[in-house]
Amino acid sequence: MLKSSSQIPLGGNIIKPGNSSEYKTGNWKTFSPVWDKDKCAQCLICPVNCPENCIPVKEGKRLETNFDFCKGCGICSQVCPFGAIHMKKCQTS
Amino acid sequence: MKNLNKNKYQALIGGHAAAEAMRQINPEVVAAYPITPQTPIIEKFAEFAADKKVDTEFICAESEHSALSATVGASAAGVRAMTATSSQGLALMNEILSVASGLRLPIVMPMVNRALSAPINIHCDHSDSMSARDLGWIQIFCETAQEVYEYTFFALKLAEKVLLPAMVMQDGFSTSHNVEPVKIYPDKIIKKFIGQYKPKYSLLDIKKPITVGPLVLPDYYFEIKYQEIEAMEEARKVYLETGKELKKITGNNYPYFEKYKLDDAEAAIVVSSSSAGTAKAVIDKLRKEGKKVGLLKPILFRPFPQKEIRESLKNLKIIAVLDRSVSFGGEAPLFSEIKNSLYPLDKKPLLQSYVFGLGGRDLFEQEVEEVFEELLKNKTGQVKYIGLRK
Ligand code: SF4
Ligand code: SF4
Repeated sequence: MLKSSSQIPLGGNIIKPGNSSEYKTGNWKTFSPVWDKDKCAQCLICPVNCPENCIPVKEGKRLETNFDFCKGCGICSQVCPFGAIHMKKCQTS
Repeated sequence: MKNLNKNKYQALIGGHAAAEAMRQINPEVVAAYPITPQTPIIEKFAEFAADKKVDTEFICAESEHSALSATVGASAAGVRAMTATSSQGLALMNEILSVASGLRLPIVMPMVNRALSAPINIHCDHSDSMSARDLGWIQIFCETAQEVYEYTFFALKLAEKVLLPAMVMQDGFSTSHNVEPVKIYPDKIIKKFIGQYKPKYSLLDIKKPITVGPLVLPDYYFEIKYQEIEAMEEARKVYLETGKELKKITGNNYPYFEKYKLDDAEAAIVVSSSSAGTAKAVIDKLRKEGKKVGLLKPILFRPFPQKEIRESLKNLKIIAVLDRSVSFGGEAPLFSEIKNSLYPLDKKPLLQSYVFGLGGRDLFEQEVEEVFEELLKNKTGQVKYIGLRK
């Protein structure tokens, strides 16, 4: 929920440190990555190339993209040697 | 001039009147770059700093852009910070003017009005501060050195309450370099009036780290600008409250604008700053001849007191607005404000726009008298340019 004028600090100041994770940038994207688990070989090339660091890796395996922060740049799709990621146009709301 | 108490009065030029107020404010930081005719302010204040009459960190900046930037930095760090400028100096500051207001920093800047280049000219007109009227600064225009002195700490109190920067204008040379008796109030009383500064946010408060000036995109920029719109509205109210408080010390009134023999007038001139003095002399003369003439001298220009001005002008037959600046291809700034203020009236006074005094061209009593003579004929027309050889 976006806050109203009276609910935010004056002048755009950020008065709480380390809160950038609250600023979701995921709605900037025009194209969204679609990950095909079956084609994925878990080579882990995409997580290290993602400029937003939004492809989580747990116990040596990548998980679903964090769409709150994915900007849809398409780099993951470009670097995947197995064609396991394709970019799909987002629905405009 | 009768019986001036020598202890209370000083013979000061307008520039030194501003510097004297700054001495009493004793800001932690002053960053400035000299420019005629602002120089007496900064020279005098530098003297105070060198003589340790203030505790100020005085920064000799390499340009006005840097001077205001340093002032913004100091203010964001949580201290009182000031600068002063004129003309091209204000123009060079332009980029930082909206940063100061956007970041809601209560910086007070004495401004000595001077024409903008080109052609280069060092004398008074209001084109410099008018070019900054839409940048979120409170703007106060002073007629005399006394007003300059009082409105400087007045503006500080107002700015710190509403968290907007304020510029306090005086006319280049006519006010800034002419000696007038200025009643100076004791340091203790002025310090008590302005009080301790408690910043809302401080960049140097390491226990509460903050970020000043982050990127704000379309999702929030508008909301933050609306805060500024509201602060400007709030400034109207706080201006009057501050005036009431200061009146307890000085006995003077701090209205949005001064009315001089206006209430029963049929024809009036609207003119700000030192030229209002010339108009008053002419009004006195014409009143003796039985002519019903008066003056409205705007003091607070931003926020502009439309409603109150409308109330004060609504019964006049005819009004001349004298602007000391132009808006090329549009109506002169003060004229346009007055015209807008009168719009809601069913029966509007006639209005005539005059432009005068560009680049320091003198305005003589004879010329003001001619304006009144024209007004009393009840005819208006195209913009008139006083003293211009077309
Ligand atoms: S599209 Fe870009 S931001 Fe999104 S997951 Fe792929 S590399 Fe990361
Ligand atoms: S680059 Fe392709 S194959 Fe490698 S982990 Fe990412 S999606 Fe899987």
